[in-house]
Order: sequence, then C-alpha cells, then structure tokens
Amino acid sequence: MSGQYMLRVVNLSKFFGYGFLGRIKFPAVDNVSFDMEYKPKIFTVAGESGCGKSTLARMVLGILEPSEGTVVYKGKNIYSLKSKERRWFHREVQAIFQDPYDTFNPLRKVDAYLYETAKNILGLKNSKDMKEAVDIVLRKVGLSLEEVRGKYPSEFSGGQLQRVSIARALIPGPKLIVADEPVSMIDASMRMNILNMFKELKEGEEISFIYITHDLATAYYISDEIAIMYRGVIVEMGPADEVLLKRYHPYTKALIEALPEPSRRDDWLTKRVKPPGMEVKEFIMPGCKYADICPYREGICEKRPPMFNISNVKVSCWLYK
Amino acid sequence: MAIAARFMGKIVSLFVMLYRRNLKFRLGFTIILILLTLGFLSFFSPTNTRTWYVAPRDRPPSLEYPFGTSSMGRDLFWELCASIRNSLTIAFVTAMIASHIGLFLGFIAGIRGGIIDRVLMFLTDTFIIIPGLPLLMVVTTVLKRYLTIPFLGMLISIVSWPWPSRQVRSMVLSLRERTFIHTARLSGMSTSKVILQELMPYVLGWHLVNFTNTILFSIGTESGLAILGLSILDDNTLGVMIYWALNWGYALFRGIWWWLATPVVTLVLTFVSFYLVSMGINEYVHRLVR
Amino acid sequence: MEPSLIAENLKAGYRLSTMELQKEVEIYVDAVSGVSLTLGRDEIFGIAGESGCGKSTLIKVIYGYHEPSLILRDGSVRLYGRKGEEFDIVKLDRGRLQRDVWWKHISYIPQSSMNILNPTMRIRDHFAEILKIHRGVEKDEAYREAGKYLESMGLPIDALSAFPHQLSGGMRQRVVIALALLLEPSLVLADEPSSALDVINQKVVLTLLREKQEELKNTVVIVSHDMGVHGVLSDRMAIMYAGKIVEVCDTTEIFWKPLHPYTKALIESLPRLGDKSKRIGLGGTPPDLRNPPPGCRFHPRCPYVMPVCSKADPPLCEVRSGHYAACWLYSETVEAI
Repeated sequence: MSGQYMLRVVNLSKFFGYGFLGRIKFPAVDNVSFDMEYKPKIFTVAGESGCGKSTLARMVLGILEPSEGTVVYKGKNIYSLKSKERRWFHREVQAIFQDPYDTFNPLRKVDAYLYETAKNILGLKNSKDMKEAVDIVLRKVGLSLEEVRGKYPSEFSGGQLQRVSIARALIPGPKLIVADEPVSMIDASMRMNILNMFKELKEGEEISFIYITHDLATAYYISDEIAIMYRGVIVEMGPADEVLLKRYHPYTKALIEALPEPSRRDDWLTKRVKPPGMEVKEFIMPGCKYADICPYREGICEKRPPMFNISNVKVSCWLYK
Repeated sequence: MAIAARFMGKIVSLFVMLYRRNLKFRLGFTIILILLTLGFLSFFSPTNTRTWYVAPRDRPPSLEYPFGTSSMGRDLFWELCASIRNSLTIAFVTAMIASHIGLFLGFIAGIRGGIIDRVLMFLTDTFIIIPGLPLLMVVTTVLKRYLTIPFLGMLISIVSWPWPSRQVRSMVLSLRERTFIHTARLSGMSTSKVILQELMPYVLGWHLVNFTNTILFSIGTESGLAILGLSILDDNTLGVMIYWALNWGYALFRGIWWWLATPVVTLVLTFVSFYLVSMGINEYVHRLVR
Repeated sequence: MEPSLIAENLKAGYRLSTMELQKEVEIYVDAVSGVSLTLGRDEIFGIAGESGCGKSTLIKVIYGYHEPSLILRDGSVRLYGRKGEEFDIVKLDRGRLQRDVWWKHISYIPQSSMNILNPTMRIRDHFAEILKIHRGVEKDEAYREAGKYLESMGLPIDALSAFPHQLSGGMRQRVVIALALLLEPSLVLADEPSSALDVINQKVVLTLLREKQEELKNTVVIVSHDMGVHGVLSDRMAIMYAGKIVEVCDTTEIFWKPLHPYTKALIESLPRLGDKSKRIGLGGTPPDLRNPPPGCRFHPRCPYVMPVCSKADPPLCEVRSGHYAACWLYSETVEAI
C-alpha cells in the first residue's frame, strides 16, 4: 500500500555487540519511528555526536541492515528488494555525506562517479548523453563540466567538492536526499550557499531532504520539521519552529540554552548546566534515557515514556502526560 | 584481458616512476636487472652445467674463467647463470601462486565477512602456525623423485600463502567503511566494479610488496633446503651450489674460496636487491594510504 | 594597560614536499604573513577565521612550538611574565622554553586533549610531573595538591586515579585546562578548546575557562572558527583571513558594527535561532596560500573591490578608537585626514 506516506520508518532499532565476546547489545538506535509525506519537506534529525543519527541515516539509505523494524519507501520494504527494484530505489533516494574528501576516492577522478551514476542509475548509454546530463546537474549547483572534468578530489576546495557531491546525488532525479552533516566540514561563510541550495531544490525540483546535523542554528534555518535524538531515541518531534522555540522536552531546553549565542552573553554564563556522565551506561539504561541528568526526574521515569502529543509536537517525557 | 593489460600498464608506469625518484628502488632494480641478464645468458651456455668434469678443476678466477672453476669441473660463471635462472624461477613460481591465492582469499574474506571470513581465517591461521621449514623438509624428502624446478616452487607456496591473505583482508576491512565505497554503491556500481576500481588501487601497492617479499622468502627457503641436501641436488640453484661446495667439496678447507664465494655473494646480492625494491614500493604505498 | 604579549610582524609558513598525483613537489605555504598583536593583562582575546586562515600556525609560533616543516621567516614574540620577566620566545631554544617558560608563563591547550595527556600515565601523575619539575614538589605532596586543586575547579577527585582513556572527552578537556592553569601562567593559548565536544560539554568547558580567567586575571587567547564561542567568551577579537589579520576590536563591535567586508560577510552568514530571514554566504573560494593573490588577499571575493585592492596590500589602521581594519575603504579616509 502506498498510502499517504512516501517514507515510513517503523520501530527501527540497531544493536551493536559490545563487551567481551560481544554479548552486551548496545542500542545505537532504539525503536525509532517517523513518517514523511509526499509533499516536499526538509526533515531534520538533530542531536549530539553519538546519539545515533548517522546510524539512522544509513539504515534509511539501505546501506545498513536494521536489527529490528522496517523502512518502507513508497509502500516497499527496502530490505527485501530484488536487484532491479534496488536500482529503482537508488534512483529515488540518494545521499550526501559529511566529508567531501572522503566521499570520493582520493585516487580516482571525481567525474568518474558522475558518469557512473548517469550510466548505472539513470541508464544512459552513449557518452554524449552522459556528458550532457552531468553538465546540466553541475550547472544547477553552480559549477560546470569544464571546471570539474579530469580533476582529482584534492584539486577542489571543500565547498566546491561538496557541491560536486550534491550534483552527483541529483543526477538520477531523486525524490529524497539524505544529507548527513553536509555542511559541518565546510567553512561557516560558505555554509549558507549550500543550505540555500537545499531550500531551492526542495521548492524548485520538489525534493525532500532528511538533514542530519548537530547544529541547531542551521537546523532552524532550513527545517520544516525536526526530530531531536538523544542516545538512540527520538525525544521530541514536530514543526521546527515550535520544537526549537517552545522547547518542551528538558533535553531540548538544555540543548538550546547551552548554545553560545552572542546576544545573550552575560546571561549564558550564569545558567549552570550539568555535563552528561560516561557514555555507554546511558544507552543501555532502561526507562527514560535522559533521566539521570534530568532536573525534573521522578520515580515514573524508570519506565520509558511514550510519545505524548502537545499541540503539533510529540514529546517523549512524563511531564506531558 | 583488457583489465589485465591495464594493470600491466599501471605497474610498468609505477616502476618507471619509482626508478626515477626512489634511490632504494633504483639500486635494487638495477641489481635485479643484472641478475636477470645473467639468468638469461644461461640459455646460451656453451656447456651443460649439470654434467661434471667439463672444465679443468679448481682453477682460481682468471680471464678464461671469470669466477674460477669448481672441484666438480664446472665453469663457475655458467653454473652461476644457470643457478640464478633456476633460483629466480622457483621464487617467481612461488610468488605468483602464493600472493595471488592470498589476494583472492583475502578479498573474499574481507568483503563477505561472516561465516566465510571465519572459516577462511581459521584455515589461514592453521597454516601460519604449522612450522614451514620442517613441513617442507618432510614433503621434499617424500617427494624427492618428483621434484622439478617449477614443482619445488609450487611446494614452497604451500607455506607462503597465509601472510598475504591476512594482509589483504585487513586492508579490505579498513577500506570497506570508507565513505567513497558508499558513494560507489549509490552510484550503482556492482560489487565486482567496486573491487576493481575502488579497492584495487589501494591493494595493488601492497600486493606488489607481498609479491616481492614472497620472492625473498622463497629464495631463502629453497637455499635452506638445499644446504640441508633436500633440494634438487643434480640441478643448479644457488643453494645447491653452496651445498656441493660446503658438504662435498670442503671448499673452504681446501682453499677453493671462489667456489663458495660465488653463490654466497650472489645470494646476498639477490636478497638485498629484492629487499631494496620492496622498501621502495613500500615507501610509495605508505604515502598513498594515508 | 600593561601588555602581556607583543608579537611583531610574524611571517611563518610550511615547507612541504607532497605527493601530488604521483609527482613529488616541494612548496612553501605562506600561513602567517606579517601579523602583529599586542595583548593586555586581563582579557580574553579571540582569534577567529576559517580553515586555512593561519590562526593555528600563529598560535604555534607565539608558543614557540617547533615543528620540522614549520618555518619562521621573520618577526619577534615578546612575552611578559607576572612579575615583569621578559622572554624573547623566538630566540629561545627548546630546552630553555621547556624549563623556564612553558607551563610557568605560557600554556597551550591543543584542540585534542590527547595531544597533551600521556595515555600510559594516570591523571594524578600528570599533575605530579609538572609540580615536581617546576616547583620541586615530591610525589605524595603533589597528589594532595592536585586533589585540592581539582576540587577548587569543580572536578571530581576520582578522576585523579583514572587513565586518560577512561574519562569522557569533556572531562579530559577540563583536566587539560586544569593542567594548563596549574602554575598560573600569565598567558594561556587555547586552540579550538571545545570544537570536538558536544554543545553541553562545550558550555561547561567554556564556562570554566571564563571563570578561571576572571579569578586569575590572566590573558587567555581563544582560537576558534565558531563565532558563537567568541560571542560569549572573548572580550576583544581579531579576524584572520589568508594569513593576515583583517580586523581587531571589541567583540560587541565585531558583531554589531563590523568594518571589514570579510567580517561583514561572516557575520551576515551566521544563522540565528529565531531568525528565518535569508542569509547569503560568501562566493568564491579561499585563496591558495602557495600562490596568494596580489594586493589585498580578499579582493577576488570582495563585493566592494576597487582598482587599488589588486595592487597594494592595505595595512591595519585604527579606523575608530580601538577598532582596527585592514581595508582600502577605510585607510584612504584616514590618510586623507
């Protein structure tokens, strides 16, 4: 059933073995669910490093097999696709990665990947068609085949190379692009160009984005919806404005208040914050994962809270029962 | 076939570049070229180097006999050429077989993972643990009648394939997680293409190093077997020359030092030259895989 | 205000021999190109800039850090201790620096805490080592002092008996800061002190730095590409671009009244929570420091470029009181006066 959702992530979990003989199961992603409609949107998954957002991204892309749960794209479970259907999936869903210099093999010329995508995913056969398709898509990102042809990754700046990476993702005409920290390694002054490009692609080419980031300011700038992740769990999810400005969940509140904001200089230094403890314990804890440093903690927090609805936002916290 | 040709082309251009830039490689490769020339010359040998008493015995080095003659009545120069040819043939056969088995198995284990990986690594580790030289001593003794130069090369490869296998596997494991592999997949590249175009450029350098090291190992092993009298004693290899000179001819006691010096010095030079070449390739490869 | 550091006309770079696509090339990368700075006694001074601007190299040169590929071509660095001692950093050899200057009068906090912490030593031994070498304190006494010191900084005492890898990244960074401040040097250099940390740990670390500075009244230099960090920490700031300082002034002025076109572009491209108005980034690419552009290094990307900009490099001049900028837009005005 295609239904009304383009993408459904249902009870997705990923466990990694840890400890002696890998007996202890470490849930990098713990029972995560969300949906995306057909209408083009930018959906952000935000959280600190280690919260599981990149693992989640890989499972959605079909690169990492989940331990539990399903990823359903346009009605099909992406982990039970046959090879022809896989090709269809990669035409519809593409990716942009964090480090542009690792996205391409340093020993290969960058345009090789552009041609491969044109040949394998788009199915173009003759070299003239391929060159044309590649040139069109490079112009969309502000480059041209002339500038890119025959060069190795080391010959580009970070910003340029990331744009080539975006161009490659655009070649098959995807409907969904998963961008894993696409601007974290780009200089601050050039980030906006790339983020503005995402906005234009959403509007002009009707492409949806899943934007993975730890930077809430850029998340606010481009997101329609946002999910905040903490230790493998989505703690809050909803329209970006409301989530980031209302800050229902205690973690969201702590996160935003910790952001260094120049205009709140004196205020920022006086608000005390408690640092999180040692990592792995918190992933394995039953109950609410934020409980041990939460200022509002109570007995009931030993049970994992379900998602409660408050206005348009879903919050996983007993405070909102 | 086109792929093989392209690889050959890449290797040739790599060698040319290394020759120009790397002193170690240049030195080692030059010596190897000299050795190869001598080995090639053996095809034009005026005498049969396997027969005895074809030349006056125990003559010291002179114009007529540049390296002198042995107590077996052989011109050491031509005997040396034949020995170089055979020793290098054995080594080459071993390296071709062992390093490619290692390459193949290492790739499969690294890419497939899971049960296949564990079975292959168990097999590999078993062979690593079995002591190589004693095993070969037993095998060569049992199969003494069937030993030929190429066959000996194949036998030595039994004990030299595990190391390259482990090495290639760990390379593949570390490369598998690089982002560009995901990019390649998302560009629709098939697994075989990913192996050839993404992984091979990295692995090739190490494969060459493994190849060269296996050559070294094989020469050493064959020489060791020969000195113990377990090689093909009626043919010519560097090790066999040393065997006869030491054990039958008592060359040192009788003052016929040139009989022993010739194979020993050549053996040392062979070792050093291949070692230098291996180092040269190693230095280049190291910088590539930062 | 008595200065704690005077750096004059520093010129430094890297000589590298790289494998560029199978060809071996030797190049000189001009990382710091004529930088002069004067730092006061009781202030937090920020150095901001993007990748390749030279800020990390500048810090290394000020610290007197020697690296085989780092070459100091010109310039001087004079450090003044708490009691007026003067050190000519550039001229001192490594031995002298290690014995008399480092940790005592100047400390360096690198980006990764593991560059300072020895993975085979417990935390308390790190403290003991410094106290023994510089103050001749014996081990047990040193352990006790370290315990009291950590307490005063709000760090848990059981961190002392741990090895570095047993602590979290944030905790390690705080330990490194504690080590750096142990002997109360007059100058502390922090290179991206919180970049590797998550937002909450970042706040803890930066708050610690600020509180200690207020207590000890020393000079702290924060190098960071994150303008937000400067916004809450630095009193005064310098903006670097392509090896040169292009603007120096109070932090609030940088944010509300920037003068240099690069600073303006940088500030305008910062996203702010609660503000969805369109932001425009800088066009073009940062210059190649092996072959920098003639004249002002920013001119190829500058929206206000004039003919003089490609011919001559503008000097850093005082445009308003305490506010310096290196741009022909302002220099001519000043000269005309």
